[in-house]
Amino acid sequence: MMRPACITTCLAIAAVCALPDTTYAVEAALPSDSVYQLDAMLVDQSARPLRFRDLRGKPRLVTMIYTQCKYVCPMIVDCVKALERELTPAERLRIGFVLISMDPKRDTPAALQEVMTTRHLNPAAWTLLRPDAAGLRGIAGVLGVRYRALADGEFNHTTELVLLDADGRILARSALIGGRADPGLLAAVRAALSP
Amino acid sequence: MRRIPVLLGMLSLTCTVAAADSAGGWVSLPGGVFRSALELPDAPDGTRIPAFELARTPVTNREFLDFVRSHPRWRRDRVPAVLAESRYLAHWAGPAELGSTALPEQPVTWVSWFAAEAYCRSQNARLPTWNEWEYAAAADALRRDARSDPAWRETILAWYSRPSTQPLPAVGADSANAYGLRDLHGLVWEWVEDYSALLVSADNREQGAADSLEFCGAAALSTSDRDNYAVLMRVAMLSSLEGAGATANLGFRCARSP
Repeated sequence: MMRPACITTCLAIAAVCALPDTTYAVEAALPSDSVYQLDAMLVDQSARPLRFRDLRGKPRLVTMIYTQCKYVCPMIVDCVKALERELTPAERLRIGFVLISMDPKRDTPAALQEVMTTRHLNPAAWTLLRPDAAGLRGIAGVLGVRYRALADGEFNHTTELVLLDADGRILARSALIGGRADPGLLAAVRAALSP
Repeated sequence: MRRIPVLLGMLSLTCTVAAADSAGGWVSLPGGVFRSALELPDAPDGTRIPAFELARTPVTNREFLDFVRSHPRWRRDRVPAVLAESRYLAHWAGPAELGSTALPEQPVTWVSWFAAEAYCRSQNARLPTWNEWEYAAAADALRRDARSDPAWRETILAWYSRPSTQPLPAVGADSANAYGLRDLHGLVWEWVEDYSALLVSADNREQGAADSLEFCGAAALSTSDRDNYAVLMRVAMLSSLEGAGATANLGFRCARSP
């Protein structure tokens, strides 16, 4: 799902970027309040580079984690999985789940792939991303996530599940975590996926 | 200078020497171990700060106008709303024009974090971290760490108690601190790279963090130095801002690693 779409978009952008006068046309097409207005580079769990705005194209539920996290971050994944289970198969085809690392030093594509495997995340729906160090704070900024790297390698961070529409506008957010899907967020996801 | 009159009489020599290179340029700061006024449970013995360079003065309207002209994406009429709120550069006469309410040598204000970050990147630099800023701002004119001196604290606090209705002075008018930096106190608040690392929220103040899962890990920061109000006010202000936010008294300066 995600990957062919991404490759197509990347190629399209690469082609457009070769023509300097039309680069703005690509950006202008994004809404002013789209988080994808942020210029940032990332790599996914397959070490494939992409721009933040390449995530455009379908609604996505985005959150930030770090894979070394022992307590809250696994619960965040649980929470998103619980929400995924509530969706119909047809709905699951139309949404993307995105985990963005706040620990680019240690969260290599291999570390992200390991989370995909050990947590049984469906690669058709889930994307795990490592931002460039330069773009990390900005991504957290547009998503409204606050974090601080601690001396021992852990992180203090806020937990935000952010629902984006296909153009990257924030539709809903939830700070709730736990084994069950947040009903309000689930309703917002359903609304975003309704034809 | 007029903002810290107490220092003037005793430091005329410093002022005279430093005035020769008052505005612009970079100052090299040596590395060191620094104890923040914030209580950092993960670094009880202080944080090691590598040597870095910090801009001598905050970025001015003139400098930011040059940036906006060469990077039109950051004009107020073109910047995406997600990167800068509606009041971004609203005090300028036009999208690429300063006018009488934004004098060239005044510090630029009404800038978002994203815009400040993009400016510094255009200079092959970055925003300073909070640790770097606090480390640099601990100095007075003669000492690199004057924080334990009540008189110094009072001087800084005096600025915060003044009304902010007066036009901002030009950058560089303040006397230099022991590193040769100016305007760290007494002119504007300044963005830092990790503004959103200062996890002090209304929730924590009101309810205590222990029962909240909003913060993962060791929860919100507190202070180990309750007398250092100047630093605490900065932290409270930064922790209340979104990256797209802008205010009348918030500017920035850039840093870089050697």
